[in-house]
Amino acid sequence: MNPFFTLKLKPIKTSDHTLSVHSIESFGTHDGPGIRMVIFLQGCKLKCLYCHNPDTIDTHGGTEYEIEELVQRAVKMKAYFGDKGGVTVSGGEPMLQAKNLITFFKRLKEEDIHTNIDTNGRVLNHPVIELLDKHTDLVMLDIKHMTEKGYQYITGEKNKETSFSFANYRETSGKKMWLRYVLIPEITNTPELLHALGDYFKDFETIEQIELQPYHKLGIHKWEALGWKYELEHARENTEEELQNAANILSKYFKKVKIN
Amino acid sequence: MYRNQLIIIRMETLDIKTGLDKNVVSVKEFVYKNITPYVGTDAFLVGPSKKTIALWEVCKNATLEERQNNGVRSVDVNTISGIANFEAGYIDKENEVIVGLQTDELLKRAMKPFGGYKVVQKALQEHGLEPSEEVNRLFTKYVKTHNDGVFDVYTSEIKKFRSLGFLTGLPDNYARGRVIGDYRRVALFGIDKLIQDKKSDLENITGPMCDATIRLREEVAEQIKALKDMIVMGNHYNLDLSRPANNAQEAVQWTYMAYLAAVKEQDGAAMSLGNVSTFLDIYIEQDLKNGVINEIEAQEYIDQFVMKLRMVRHLRMAAYDEIFAGDPTWVTEAIGGMLNDGRTKVTKTAFRFLHTLYNLGPSPEPNITVLWSPKLPENFRKFCAKVAIDTSSIQFENDDLMRTSRGSDDYGIACCVSYQEIGKQIQFFGARTNLAKTLLLAINGGKCEITGTQMVKGIDKCDNEYLDFYTVMSNFKTAMKQVAGVYNDAMNIIHYMHDKYYYEKAQMALIDTNPHVNIAYGIAGLSIVADSLSAIKYAKVKPIRNEQGLTVDFEIEGDFPKYGNDDDRVDIFAHNAVEDFNNELKKLPVYKNAEPTLSVLTITSNVVYGKKTGATPDGRPSGVPFAPGANPMHGRDTNGAIASLNSVAKIDYKDSQDGISNTFSIVPKSLGATQEERIDNLVATLTGYFTNGAQHLNVNVLDKETLLDAMEHPENYPQLTIRVSGYAVNFIRLTKEQQLEVITRSFHESM
Repeated sequence: MNPFFTLKLKPIKTSDHTLSVHSIESFGTHDGPGIRMVIFLQGCKLKCLYCHNPDTIDTHGGTEYEIEELVQRAVKMKAYFGDKGGVTVSGGEPMLQAKNLITFFKRLKEEDIHTNIDTNGRVLNHPVIELLDKHTDLVMLDIKHMTEKGYQYITGEKNKETSFSFANYRETSGKKMWLRYVLIPEITNTPELLHALGDYFKDFETIEQIELQPYHKLGIHKWEALGWKYELEHARENTEEELQNAANILSKYFKKVKIN
Repeated sequence: MYRNQLIIIRMETLDIKTGLDKNVVSVKEFVYKNITPYVGTDAFLVGPSKKTIALWEVCKNATLEERQNNGVRSVDVNTISGIANFEAGYIDKENEVIVGLQTDELLKRAMKPFGGYKVVQKALQEHGLEPSEEVNRLFTKYVKTHNDGVFDVYTSEIKKFRSLGFLTGLPDNYARGRVIGDYRRVALFGIDKLIQDKKSDLENITGPMCDATIRLREEVAEQIKALKDMIVMGNHYNLDLSRPANNAQEAVQWTYMAYLAAVKEQDGAAMSLGNVSTFLDIYIEQDLKNGVINEIEAQEYIDQFVMKLRMVRHLRMAAYDEIFAGDPTWVTEAIGGMLNDGRTKVTKTAFRFLHTLYNLGPSPEPNITVLWSPKLPENFRKFCAKVAIDTSSIQFENDDLMRTSRGSDDYGIACCVSYQEIGKQIQFFGARTNLAKTLLLAINGGKCEITGTQMVKGIDKCDNEYLDFYTVMSNFKTAMKQVAGVYNDAMNIIHYMHDKYYYEKAQMALIDTNPHVNIAYGIAGLSIVADSLSAIKYAKVKPIRNEQGLTVDFEIEGDFPKYGNDDDRVDIFAHNAVEDFNNELKKLPVYKNAEPTLSVLTITSNVVYGKKTGATPDGRPSGVPFAPGANPMHGRDTNGAIASLNSVAKIDYKDSQDGISNTFSIVPKSLGATQEERIDNLVATLTGYFTNGAQHLNVNVLDKETLLDAMEHPENYPQLTIRVSGYAVNFIRLTKEQQLEVITRSFHESM
């Protein structure tokens, strides 16, 4: 059982013109198309067992950045974005700061910069809907698990349906979406689960691709640094063959399968 | 007048069958009239021919022997090298479609003692050899060398700056190099016509006979002799270089012969080839069109040409390796770019040159430099990115920037990064000034921080507890001004003497008479200067001084912005240091009225510069290597690759027209998840960097682990190539110290 899900978290309070940022990567090549400025926002309400950025979970401790400063940074990088790249907000869970992201993305669109959100899809309130519909070119939705039990095991929270509702909403809006799925042998990488995943999303027209994120233990030292116990110690990394098998299964359901 | 008459002759001899328009007065015009730009993919390329494979085996074995024999396979100790002083040499005659070696045997090195005899003696001695008695008698009793000339005239002040490491790597005991002959002229016109033209030039250089005129007449006379020697050299290989090349094989062969003459006569640090690919493609296209050859033969010519270029060697002493590691020759070939009329210079032969890195494997030489423009054909841009990712053997330069600001679209890259119009301009190589050490003069009362020797005047002792930014800045400017003066004196002496005692007659014979000259000054330690000034301004820096009052360390209280993070507060110091030093140099008179230009480039000398420099106010301990070229200091560029690139892009090319070298190392995974993404992302990176006005980028796509493993097991990595500042080296031929320095550099990683 995930030991953290019982922690009570307060919602993030920031002023209107700032974002609470954990870190910024100026040469992101694994979070959306092309070269991207990736802004990892601080704070998430899930505690995924494999989280490789556990230091972004706490809703406190981020650095407040003026939105306009972030816009200016993105503008300086624009020459590198080409016709594919742009800005990705990841986290943490960006939707916790959806209201301010509207301001941020509005400005980015004024500068003709591609916008992308990496989200767990648990929040679908009014600001999120406005952000999605008006300002977000691409959504990357994390699908944690296809069973309620599995979802709870990994995230420490109930209700896997929230992310499905999120996907359904994006689908009806007709705007672009990628799915992301962390592959852990036995835990998420089994033929039954992969078929279930494919079966659920096979008719979604807005999904351009699914990205498989092979489980790795690179984040463990961060858990240790936080003084937290790493519960997935027993899990192992996929073999090359396991990755290929998973990709083969999903390629029957999705236009494009990418191993990230 | 004379030229017009020749055109008529040429019209009559025009080869109707090939249909090439040779009614031209220049190579450039020939290219404009006959080029076939190529926008397709690499799908047409073919692997190496059987002959090429057989030849390359011989070369690989020979280079292995060379490595096992302390880096030198053999040396001829009897023959003084010159254009026609060696008989023909072959690798394996029946498999060679392009012939010619520097000496009569593969990888046999030759003595070129006119740059400096002691250097030749020393190099031989290190391999248990000595020059023949006759050579020794000549050079100890009768012949004066460039090195002798320079040291006759050097002032004690210059010697002081040189020996204490303020000026390093000066070409005062070896050939200056950097001059690029227009080797294509031999193929296009044949040597007879070139001799006629030079004779006509000589006729027209008339009195009054002042120094400059007399010197120029002597130079042209020397050039004519060199051209005649080239015909003799050709005869050794049964080639008639007196006439133009008539087909593709001859065009490649003639061009190579012209280059060979240069590397037989000179052992300059850098002996660039120029930009021959577009030119050669014209002949290849014609032969392909006429069904005379097929693609296998076309690739074979280029593979074998490139193989020959890879086998070029010079005799160097071990100490040379400290500055220019890995036995480089800088056979720099510029590929791609655009013509001023909007067409691209990319041809199928541009692809064929790059493809040699697959057919023969990765290699530092020739130093392939892609002239990048967002207007290059997309397929070519992607192919270049792929080659960079697969081989880490090529570099990129901003074609739009150089072409539009310098004017010509027919240029090559001298040495590592420097624009040089082919056949119209030359360059005087000037090594570099240690700018970090110059900054230390500013806080040590004008004294060398290591020896306490008084170097510059007019700087008061700083005895404040903390360094005061405005005082340091003002002292730094005083120091720069005086160092520039000494540097300029040294340069004038060196190039005067080089012309006098080791004139590049073969190369100059292939360049217009009395060309425009750029003098190529340089600086090292730029990031140290920027970070030090930033520390002094934004943090509190307390110098720790020894009993002599010289700084031995610095205590820094607080944080400060660091160069390499796209932070204007510090990047401005880098920008201004280049501008200020360049402006000081521009005020000074130069031999032959050369135009001053400046580079931010270190080669591998950043290690030895670091060694000779005490602790600096940015927190760098004494003796630690500098960052190479214009790179941010290792590990200080913490905001990712783009922020790092953006900082370097702020250095203004107008202040540093000799080039601004940046080396970008990234692990493959960080460039993208798939090969396709990596290619797209590298294309976007290059486009972004150059759109922001940057000039040069070396690209390494490598895992650190690979390098560590190569240090442990060099035998498994005979061809592992990495880019360093402005050129590429065979990693396993670096010293251990240099290898470690490369490994500690910033490898951009993100997951």
